Amino acid sequence: MTASASEAQTFDRRPWLLLSPALVSVLLLLVIPTLFIVVYSFWLRTAVGAEQVGFFLDNWEEVLTDSFYHDILFQTLRIAAISTIICAVVGYIPAYFIAYTPTRHKTLLLLLLMLPFWVSYIIRTMSWINILGVSGAVNSTLMALGIITEPIQMLYNEATVILGLVHFLLPFMILNIYVSLDGIDRSLADAARSLGCTGWQAFREVTLPLSVPGLAAGALLCFVLGAGTYITPMVLGGPRNAMFANLVYEAIVTQLNWPLGSALSLLLLALLGTLVMVYSRFLGIDQIAKSFR
Amino acid sequence: MDDTTRYQRLLERYRNGDIDRRGFLTLLGAAGLSVGLVGGPMAALSRKARAATPDQVRFDGWGGVVSEAFREYAFEPYTEKTGIEVVDGTFGGADEYLARVRASQPGEFNIAHLSGVFDYARYHNLDLSTTLDEANIPNLDLVIGTLQTPFRKITGGNLSAAPYDYGTTGIAYNRKHVSDDEAKELGANLLVKPEFKGKIGGWGEWKTRIWYAALQTDQDPNGIEDMDAVWDKLREHRDLLLKYWGSGAELMSLLAEEEIYVTEAWSGRVKALQEQGHDIGYLDPPGGLAWQECLFVMKGSPMAACEELLNFMLEPEVAIAVAEGQNYPPALDPNKVDLPESVTSLPAFDPTGTLESLNFFDPDYWNSNEADWSKTFGRVQKGY
Repeated sequence: MTASASEAQTFDRRPWLLLSPALVSVLLLLVIPTLFIVVYSFWLRTAVGAEQVGFFLDNWEEVLTDSFYHDILFQTLRIAAISTIICAVVGYIPAYFIAYTPTRHKTLLLLLLMLPFWVSYIIRTMSWINILGVSGAVNSTLMALGIITEPIQMLYNEATVILGLVHFLLPFMILNIYVSLDGIDRSLADAARSLGCTGWQAFREVTLPLSVPGLAAGALLCFVLGAGTYITPMVLGGPRNAMFANLVYEAIVTQLNWPLGSALSLLLLALLGTLVMVYSRFLGIDQIAKSFR
Repeated sequence: MDDTTRYQRLLERYRNGDIDRRGFLTLLGAAGLSVGLVGGPMAALSRKARAATPDQVRFDGWGGVVSEAFREYAFEPYTEKTGIEVVDGTFGGADEYLARVRASQPGEFNIAHLSGVFDYARYHNLDLSTTLDEANIPNLDLVIGTLQTPFRKITGGNLSAAPYDYGTTGIAYNRKHVSDDEAKELGANLLVKPEFKGKIGGWGEWKTRIWYAALQTDQDPNGIEDMDAVWDKLREHRDLLLKYWGSGAELMSLLAEEEIYVTEAWSGRVKALQEQGHDIGYLDPPGGLAWQECLFVMKGSPMAACEELLNFMLEPEVAIAVAEGQNYPPALDPNKVDLPESVTSLPAFDPTGTLESLNFFDPDYWNSNEADWSKTFGRVQKGY
């Protein structure tokens, strides 16, 4: 019996067979459509809206050299970063509370955290119109209390876009931080306190550093989701609050320029993909998966 | 061997016991999975199935009060009469809908309530048009001729759609803050009055925006000579704006909630707001924009069922009921059909049946500039 024949005999096909449904699904539903988008990005849109098939670099040249796209991209990253930071600051407190609460109803608290996912994202975003609108809850209350005489214009600006994003992303952040906090050995903080640390010092020197992987995983998730959104700026934003995904939407839907839209979406994909790879290299992507277990 | 034969052979092998149920379903499932990516046998099958069983027609419209009117006054009676079910879908804008149609298989979408001659030409240019057998739609004789002519010009004398209604995109204003006299005096310039900064709305659609900017710069919208002045006016408007709205429902909400005081608006939507008790005025300024809507039949649709539905919808009783529901005048010629006062009092109604007093998009002119202008407007809209 030759060596190769022996190898063939010992090759275990079972893992591949078990994996094959997932691999085929990823191939058909993710890899091939992405390849289609890559191919599309090298075509051109004709005057009537149909595509000119071929290999043209025009879309890529436009996307990479036009400052309009760079500005919107920068604005997108800035809004996503601000939203992520707010989520981290605001989300840490409830995550800490849920992780360390002595109550027996921790599961209920986690369930409440999941509750927003049961309502459509668009509906949740639009609910802000009823809260912050001219005749919304806030203005009506302030006017009823006599604090203001004229309604305050609160909607349709960058602040409401960030608010909408924080509203959408916060549960993701809280879940990731909670998972990280829940895995920390409680005796470590107790040990720090027994060695003379105050409660705040024990948190700052022990608990916070140990929860950084969860914080980072939540930040990555929030940033990527935030940078890829287009509904929030569309519903809650004003004329100058567009994000990069709005450009993709517009190129494909309004201008019927699928080739340009493909190039734009690939640029965003490459940027966010790079971010994920950098995160994975230094912190490990498996941290994110833990929050959904 | 075509896909149907291939599928029938597969079914035969299964029935004969040559392959087991799991194998049959696996092959069928694999074919189904590939539909979204490459079309394929299942897509072809579904096409054929649709054509073969015209017991269902898909209709897409603008949603809101317009779709409600269609549902109540046209689709339900039609289904009762013919047994053909109308599957009712909606869209927020013609561009969005066209993107969906282009991503679909032929026959998936059947009839659409499209706006204007501009869209008719776009759909035809993208090879999505059909040729209606007008003998099956005798009620077409009752439709205003002026509304049919531009369609016939585009599709070589034939029709791929039945004109159905028309209306105007005028200026809506909150009477608490703007008097009728002021609106009349300022006309299109009411939309760029600096005092209303932050209380002005605008449809984020390039054609309408450019049309109004042309009026504001004293130019003919169907023959703009100074495009730079138009872009500057659009920037001025943008800087005064609270929000570009994207649908009729959003327009109505912004006006009703008093988030905005002035905006251009669709006549029927304003009429609906007035009926709900909101003190909203409506003005068609000199040179204001009119449009017509049609019921466009898509390529790959079950033609007989679609033609039957079109004819039913053009029955005077049905068309009048829909007009009263959606607040847009029907395409029926007032010289041929006796229209009630509820219709003749609608905004934009033309008693002469010639529509000479209304201004429409010149499809050739706007189509030839679409690529450049829609792209540039996208930038101006975002602050550039």
